[in-house]
Amino acid sequence: MGQAILVVGGGMSGVSAALEAAEAGYNVVLVEKNPYLGGRVAQLHQYFPKLCPPYCGLEINFKRIKNNPRIQVLTMAEVTGIEGAPGAYKVAVKQAPRYVNDKCTACGLCGQAVEATVSNPFNYGLDQIKAAYLPHEMAFPYRFVIDPSIAGGPEGEKAKAACPYGAVDLEDQGAELTVEAGAVIWAAGWTPYDASKVEYYNFGASPNLITNVQMERLAAKGGPTSGKIQRPGDGKEPKKVAFIQCAGSRDVNHLPFCSTICCLASLKQATYVRAQLPEAEVTIYFIDIRAMDRNEDFYTKVKADEKVKFVKSKIGLIQPNEAGNLVLEGENTASGERFKAEHDLVVLATGMQPNTALNKIPAEVAYDEYGFVQAAEGIIGAGTVRRPSEVHVSVQDGTAAALKAIQLVAGR
Amino acid sequence: MAKKYACYLCKGCGIGEALDFDNLQEVASESGMGEAKAHEALCSPEGLALIKADVDGGANALLIGACSARVKTDEFTFGKEVLVERASLREQTVYCTEAGEEAAADRQMLAADYLRISATKLQKMELPVPFQLEQPAEKAILVVGGGVAGLNAALAAAKAGAKVYLVEKEDALGGFLGKMAKLGPQSPPYQELQDTGLEDLVGQVQGNGNIEVFIGNTVAKTEGAPGNFTVSLSGGQSLRAGAVIQATGWTPYPPEKLADELAYGSSPNIITNVQMEERAKAGDLGGLNAVAFIQCAGSRDANHLPYCSAVCCLVSLKQAMYVKQANPEAAVYVIYKDIRTPGQSEEVYRQAQREGVIFIRRGEEYPKISDHGGKFTVETADVTLNDTVAIEELDLVVLATGMKPNNPKVVEPPLVALGMDQEEAKRLTAEAKAQSDDWSVLNLAYRQGKNLPTLKYAYPDSHFICFPYETRRTGIYAAGTVRRPMRVTQAIEDATGAALKAIQATTAAAAGFAVHPRSGDESFPEFFMQRCTQCKRCTEECPFGAINEDEKANPLPNPTRCRRCGVCMGACPERIISFKNYSVDMIGAMIKSIEVPEEDEEKPRVIVLACENDALPAIDMAAKAGAKWSPFIRFLPLRCLGSVNLVWIADALSSGIDGILLFGCKRGDDYQCHFIKGSELANVRMSKISETLDRLVLESDRVRVEEIGFGEVDKIPGIIAEFMETIESVGPNPYKGF
Repeated sequence: MGQAILVVGGGMSGVSAALEAAEAGYNVVLVEKNPYLGGRVAQLHQYFPKLCPPYCGLEINFKRIKNNPRIQVLTMAEVTGIEGAPGAYKVAVKQAPRYVNDKCTACGLCGQAVEATVSNPFNYGLDQIKAAYLPHEMAFPYRFVIDPSIAGGPEGEKAKAACPYGAVDLEDQGAELTVEAGAVIWAAGWTPYDASKVEYYNFGASPNLITNVQMERLAAKGGPTSGKIQRPGDGKEPKKVAFIQCAGSRDVNHLPFCSTICCLASLKQATYVRAQLPEAEVTIYFIDIRAMDRNEDFYTKVKADEKVKFVKSKIGLIQPNEAGNLVLEGENTASGERFKAEHDLVVLATGMQPNTALNKIPAEVAYDEYGFVQAAEGIIGAGTVRRPSEVHVSVQDGTAAALKAIQLVAGR
Repeated sequence: MAKKYACYLCKGCGIGEALDFDNLQEVASESGMGEAKAHEALCSPEGLALIKADVDGGANALLIGACSARVKTDEFTFGKEVLVERASLREQTVYCTEAGEEAAADRQMLAADYLRISATKLQKMELPVPFQLEQPAEKAILVVGGGVAGLNAALAAAKAGAKVYLVEKEDALGGFLGKMAKLGPQSPPYQELQDTGLEDLVGQVQGNGNIEVFIGNTVAKTEGAPGNFTVSLSGGQSLRAGAVIQATGWTPYPPEKLADELAYGSSPNIITNVQMEERAKAGDLGGLNAVAFIQCAGSRDANHLPYCSAVCCLVSLKQAMYVKQANPEAAVYVIYKDIRTPGQSEEVYRQAQREGVIFIRRGEEYPKISDHGGKFTVETADVTLNDTVAIEELDLVVLATGMKPNNPKVVEPPLVALGMDQEEAKRLTAEAKAQSDDWSVLNLAYRQGKNLPTLKYAYPDSHFICFPYETRRTGIYAAGTVRRPMRVTQAIEDATGAALKAIQATTAAAAGFAVHPRSGDESFPEFFMQRCTQCKRCTEECPFGAINEDEKANPLPNPTRCRRCGVCMGACPERIISFKNYSVDMIGAMIKSIEVPEEDEEKPRVIVLACENDALPAIDMAAKAGAKWSPFIRFLPLRCLGSVNLVWIADALSSGIDGILLFGCKRGDDYQCHFIKGSELANVRMSKISETLDRLVLESDRVRVEEIGFGEVDKIPGIIAEFMETIESVGPNPYKGF
């Protein structure tokens, strides 16, 4: 039925766009850079405000994909060029080698055989993973990956020798293919703003200074601590946790816009800490708490916890001390005095930078000054490449993008 | 269909070393599956070729004993005409039980039971035949509400080729957009006020040949089901539509309710943001030298609207700009709790600051407004300065009031009311009704009521994070501010997405398959009406209101409203509701196919009825992670725990099964059930089975409901171990061997 729709990005927006278009009867090619679908939400422990596991919804979506022959999924793939016009695009897609073919049963023998490890991207570098690995416990597609660092060496050979199914292909060169599509939905998502750019926070100076996305992994059962919230520096349970809001957001020197989700993310992470560590105190340093619509109820709930304090202050300096703790300096807006506060775990609520600010779409597309994609015919932005947004807006936006694409390809 | 069975057993992933395949082949043969073929790696090209050759030779009912049905789905799918049933010899047998010789016998019995269960299922199921409406399915879409969401929904659907009927209660299109002077900055550089664009939008709608507009009309009645709604308008017209988009927008929070706190009504110059917009549109902003905006007027307030209306901050910034542009010297104050300008609209906040708007952060207390001969003084806490400030000589005070959805609130009686004492149930039902709104937008001719069921605050959604479009009435989608407070730009996107959901609903109705969450499912419930006792359980308990009733209380199913969860099947005491591939008889037979050892063998048997959406993947995950549990457990995946029929409990206990666990998803206010209340229903039903157990002289400890989802993966072994201990202490089921 008509031409195919190409969806770039297999996160919440892209998966929604792909499914909604396919379930209306259109053919879809879904291109994802990671070896698995799900994007950033797959790395979350829970969603606000329901505190439910993202995999509950992802599982249904993956089941929909498995049951729908109209969707072709290309993982480890990126778009390198777009030619043509609305209604008739030729899109060049480059697929990186996975070194594991579809004979893989995810039995895990290759991972057992290999000794080399690599930094685990799924856990934002908080731990190491075997260089032959399943990206994470619920990965879809459910297939191992071999890190390129071992593919050409003896460790790669070990993986190959261990596989009884002939699934390890060390000669894998990846692939370059051309997809013909009537419309392109660009749902490439976001990257956490690089905290080290906010110099006065000294990110990297202490292992106990982490970002909000790392905090998700600390709380997740599949994370580096099996879900136990610990100080990465010494494995101790934190007693005084601080969240620094707008770490690089709403700041003309960094991200001038508001990332929209960080307030709720910190409120949510405060509940992780409080549920696990009843003695721990949490302080949230903020400018405004932005709990829009019914998320306000969640804010009200967190505020009712006496051990969660809210301090209106923009923190100006973070420095580690000899005890491995972190000293925050800020200004008391009421008295004008500077204050210092010591915390043993500090979470920077870093914002979302659209991936289109970091990697432009290889075609003529308009952006605003922050790199967010502007509305256009043919190449349709969806989700967080258009504006910072929470999950439900990404779903909504992906669905809307699917219809805009359908309007172009229907009847062609 | 004439079935030709074939059975395949995989030896890969350690299954071959852990199990005795001669025995499994015997079991398969005894179960009517013929001669099972074993292969070293069934999912390999060679293994698949083996199966494919048999399929080409006519095999059409395949039992595959290998990994979980959740993986290798593409590989083990052989077209729509071939039934495939997977027995999980990997995750649910080899992975989750102790390795080694000592455990071999129990492990083998487990594998053998899974083959029997799967063989029984395969024998009991038929290929579904898609439901077809009597008349060809209607593809036209009805859009109710001609504001920004409705107009955009209509246009989006029409541009995709759909016929659209747009109904608006006022005599002109536009809704609140028509009352607005300008929009706030929406596009780069996010600093300039913008035109509303309404004229162009209305022009496009009126000029589109696919759209028929009915102004001055409301919906008097909506009958039927997706693909076949008959909609009667107040003006007398009758329309046939395939799906409905409700884009009825919002109502300002009644400012009269703020008379005490914010002196609304005491002066014509204490006005709401809506009135301010009307003044701006009328060009009536001259002579203003000092204006104060009071944010969260009746919002984020437990006594009024507890939630945040999401737009009021930006509306006040826009209106502050109106004042500044009319008189750059005017003093403009915004008294707020938190300024909420998400995303790029942060620049609007900066722009207002650049234009000289003064922001004062207040606490929870409302400012005090006093009138001094037509000039106002606003006294407020300034929490930033830890002080109280008085702003004097104000010409105008604007209350930033919030939005309520234009949708009637529906309060449902608690599910415990089902099946309880009739008087008490009536009382609870009446209580819920009293708290519900009596008016209606769609006037649905549905047995469960004329309105869309609502969650909190009268918003008609059901899964507002992952599946925001889903209402609990199939083929009816809410869009725009009736679904959630949102800005104009977001409402446009929302409407576009809703248009696609509506188009999908009509496509599904025409083809006879289900929409979300079992998209594509062609099975549907069939009723053996001769045995119906008109008990109304199915019509009351369907989470989607799919079943109507005639005057004699006979159920009148509407398959295109149905989401295929099987809750009706679980509800029916007469067991007259079945799907072609899912039925009370089928699951009952699967349970009975489990071999129950004699009591003196001391090998209890426990079945776990498990939700396939959350519990089953969690079980797979736990097994993959290396968790071990009792080999006496047999999992039976279900579409939804709400489809559990009590007769299965009786079937299990009377055939000597010692215990029954039910694994459902999270219930309650933050439910995770994809069918809304399946898990909750199962829990309520199970709380009432003591009667059945008493009749059988059995202990109620033998049946337990647990909430298992992705968050409980690590708890699964503990829950099973604890239940096994309970069963041991209760002792063997006395029905063993009967």
